[in-house]
Amino acid sequence: MLLALILIPLLAALAILGGTPARLTAIIASLANILVATVALSCPACANGFSLQVLADPQIHLSLGLSGISAVMLILSVIVTLTAVYSGKCPEGREKLWFSSTLFIAAGAIGAFLSTDVFFFYAFHELALIPTFLMIGILGRGDRKEAAWKITIYLAFGSIVLLAGLLLATNHLGSFAFEDLAAIPAEDQNTVALLLIIGFGTLVSLFPLHSWAAPAYASAPTPVAMLHAGVMKKFGLYGLLVIGMKVAPQGMLHWLPWICVLLLGNIIWVGLVTINQKRLDLMLGNSSVMHMGYIFLAIAALAANPDNSIALPAAVLLMFAHGISIALLFSLTSVVENKTGTLEISQLGGLAKTAPALAFLFGLAGMASIGLPGLANFAGEVMVFFAGFADWSPSDGLGWVQITTIIALWGVVISAVYMLRAYRNSFQGPLVKSTENASDIHYCEKIPAYVLAVTLLVVGIYPQIILQFL
Amino acid sequence: MSPHIIEFITVGFGLLLLMFEAFSKGNKSRIGLLAAAGLAVILGMLLCPAPCCYEVPAWMERFYDDNAVARFYKIIAVLSTILVLLMAVDFRKVLAKFSASDDSGSGTGEFYCLPVFACAGLMWMASATDLVSIFVALELVTITFYVMVAFMRRNVGSLEAGVKYLILGALSTGFLVYGIAWIYGALGTTDISLFSNLLEEGTFNRSYLLFGIALMLIALGFKVGAVPMQLWIPDVYQGAPTPITAYLSVASKAAGFLVLMTIIKPFLDSEATRHAVMCTLLIMAGATLLYGNLAAISQNNFKRLLAYSSIAHAGFLLIGVATGDFTSVSFYLATYLLMTFAAFFVLALVRSEEESDEIDAFDGLGKRNPVLAFALTISMAALAGIPLTAGFWGKFFIFKAAIAAEVSWVLIVIAFISVAAGFYYYLKVVKAMYWNAPRQEKAIAVPIITKVVLLVLTAAILILGIYPQPVLDLLGK
Repeated sequence: MLLALILIPLLAALAILGGTPARLTAIIASLANILVATVALSCPACANGFSLQVLADPQIHLSLGLSGISAVMLILSVIVTLTAVYSGKCPEGREKLWFSSTLFIAAGAIGAFLSTDVFFFYAFHELALIPTFLMIGILGRGDRKEAAWKITIYLAFGSIVLLAGLLLATNHLGSFAFEDLAAIPAEDQNTVALLLIIGFGTLVSLFPLHSWAAPAYASAPTPVAMLHAGVMKKFGLYGLLVIGMKVAPQGMLHWLPWICVLLLGNIIWVGLVTINQKRLDLMLGNSSVMHMGYIFLAIAALAANPDNSIALPAAVLLMFAHGISIALLFSLTSVVENKTGTLEISQLGGLAKTAPALAFLFGLAGMASIGLPGLANFAGEVMVFFAGFADWSPSDGLGWVQITTIIALWGVVISAVYMLRAYRNSFQGPLVKSTENASDIHYCEKIPAYVLAVTLLVVGIYPQIILQFL
Repeated sequence: MSPHIIEFITVGFGLLLLMFEAFSKGNKSRIGLLAAAGLAVILGMLLCPAPCCYEVPAWMERFYDDNAVARFYKIIAVLSTILVLLMAVDFRKVLAKFSASDDSGSGTGEFYCLPVFACAGLMWMASATDLVSIFVALELVTITFYVMVAFMRRNVGSLEAGVKYLILGALSTGFLVYGIAWIYGALGTTDISLFSNLLEEGTFNRSYLLFGIALMLIALGFKVGAVPMQLWIPDVYQGAPTPITAYLSVASKAAGFLVLMTIIKPFLDSEATRHAVMCTLLIMAGATLLYGNLAAISQNNFKRLLAYSSIAHAGFLLIGVATGDFTSVSFYLATYLLMTFAAFFVLALVRSEEESDEIDAFDGLGKRNPVLAFALTISMAALAGIPLTAGFWGKFFIFKAAIAAEVSWVLIVIAFISVAAGFYYYLKVVKAMYWNAPRQEKAIAVPIITKVVLLVLTAAILILGIYPQPVLDLLGK
């Protein structure tokens, strides 16, 4: 059954290339995926794992399984896939490329999260590479060609560094299966941890390897931006949590000071860059890079103290919440662009007068991104900050993680600044030329937005619904 | 029936073809199809050996060995030759234009017969276990290639490529023979199977031996395209007829690597010479990787880009040879065959239609023929090493071998840079196909042979990308 979750989008994508009606096939495939995922998650006995040996020496299996964190990531993937298929405006005559690429990227993401074998975990992520390259390069906007090259070469470089780290680790372990992951000999842990941090870090846009992310998300067509910022980015964090922590715990501890400094780079430096942005899409792209810092903080807390019981749930919850909120924001941004023809904040204004529903939804998403209580991101962020100080008493003195947490709290202020300012300048205030004739959000575009908004509210009020899987 | 009969059958078949060609009139490309059919029969003989005797006779044992690895490389050789012949059949328009003074194709008949001889030589190289028989087989292959490279005699590029290949090839042959002489002088025999015992005894002059090995490495480095003997590759690959470029790129390289592995194995195993040989090979690998990848970045001609990329791939393969993991090298070469031939089939077709090898000729191919563009995209993705294609597994095994052998981190970083660079120049072609507008709107028609072959190759690349075990089973692992 788990194989169906990957095969459905894959076969649908091939069918679209073969000539079936693109939009319809994509919608059916994503709805089918949600159905199968619901069944798989509610009935663990039915969701039997799947294993096919593809190589004898070393033993590599195409094996799929549903564990705690991967269940949450699966929910994230299928929800964002459904909404991505509904979002954005496909240019005339390019439906084939648009929808098949979206489904290929979705298949890659789901495959990566469901894999219980290190090799296919890595390989499925790469499935998204070429569709992303083509989508951004052909159907993107703005500086699309440069953005497409940047994301592809950066991700390729990150992947190959990651591969070296994974090979070094599996060389010691002798097996590629997740269940065999254990700490490797101490003298190699530092190297493996470094390679994994650089490799996964590039994929997650850790400072200073982050410059590919914002232009790529800004130039990408909406479904690609939603899938990449919302789902694909979490792959690197998932990898660090599941593989990095198990294989090289002392190594991660060794590099803790560096992780702390770099994640502060994400939060503070990139946060300040975000405040400086003049376009909505670039602001969102940079904000998504900034928020990765919080999740890295949870990972740092876990690295400093592997018995930290709050850090892992915090990271997973924030990954989920951020994925949903950024997908919602990108989806609504594309609506704004369709209605007004521009994303320059200086050229927008008073959109709430002509598009009240859009303004409400965007406000909800923006508040979620800032971390307003009642919405999912708050639950995640507050848990991350608590994790920084978990099992801490004043007599311990302030360690790296504690100081980092204190400084990271300013990130909340920073995100409030840029988000509220952008919202005020775009939606409130007097009407301007570009917004006076805008129509409100269309019924079809409301569907993805409401799905995501409701998810944010439900998880925000009752986070246990997600945390129950861990 | 002894296994070495197969090479004799191949040579006999080639001679028969030549005679048939001399007396046949009409469409010469039928000979190509006939040759391919005959080689397919030989391929069948290789894949399913008849149960009757397969013992090499005692008098042949010194020169010829039949084992799983040898048979694997023979399959690579025969498969490459079949694909080259099929490509040549579809390439006949260009061949005819540059061969005779009219477009009748009257002088092109031999073009379909020569690969059969080269194939026999490649097959013998796969089984050779004595330095002398290696040399004889190598010469058969090389001399046939001299003729094939310069075949389009009314094309200046082809002639220039032929002359360059001839002169540099003759030079490398000189190095080879000189190296054989020094090794013979040091060890007292040319029989490779005796080397490991002699090296253990230790009664040889180490400097003579190392000098001989160095000369051999130079000669074999020329064959596989390793720095610093790689200068001939871009010009010869670009000038030669496209099917022959593909043949050089795959079969000649594979045979070269097999010979390198056969000769170098006893020296890598023995303590006396291991360190020197391994270090030299690793340095060559690093330099080859850097040269091939960095030079390919600026190329605008697809054929020349493929030439530089083949140098880059040789760099990866040299890492595998240096670490002693010969299985990874063989696997890489098998997948390299699939990816390279797919790319060359598309190139040959575009060259026939557009009369140009430049990357601009591929502009807008995504619109003109989506299936062709998809096949080339898969091929480029495989060459770049994107997972879920066969090409990734090759690089995976080589990286694994390098890490297990604990090679210097400098080489690993060079390999990182190479892969990243590779992504750029391979995707440059994908970009041209999909991002740029076509120069003319006319759709490209794909001949039936090319269509079928591309379908099979693309499917193989994708299937092996998920399930590589069958290739390893063929190797006997």
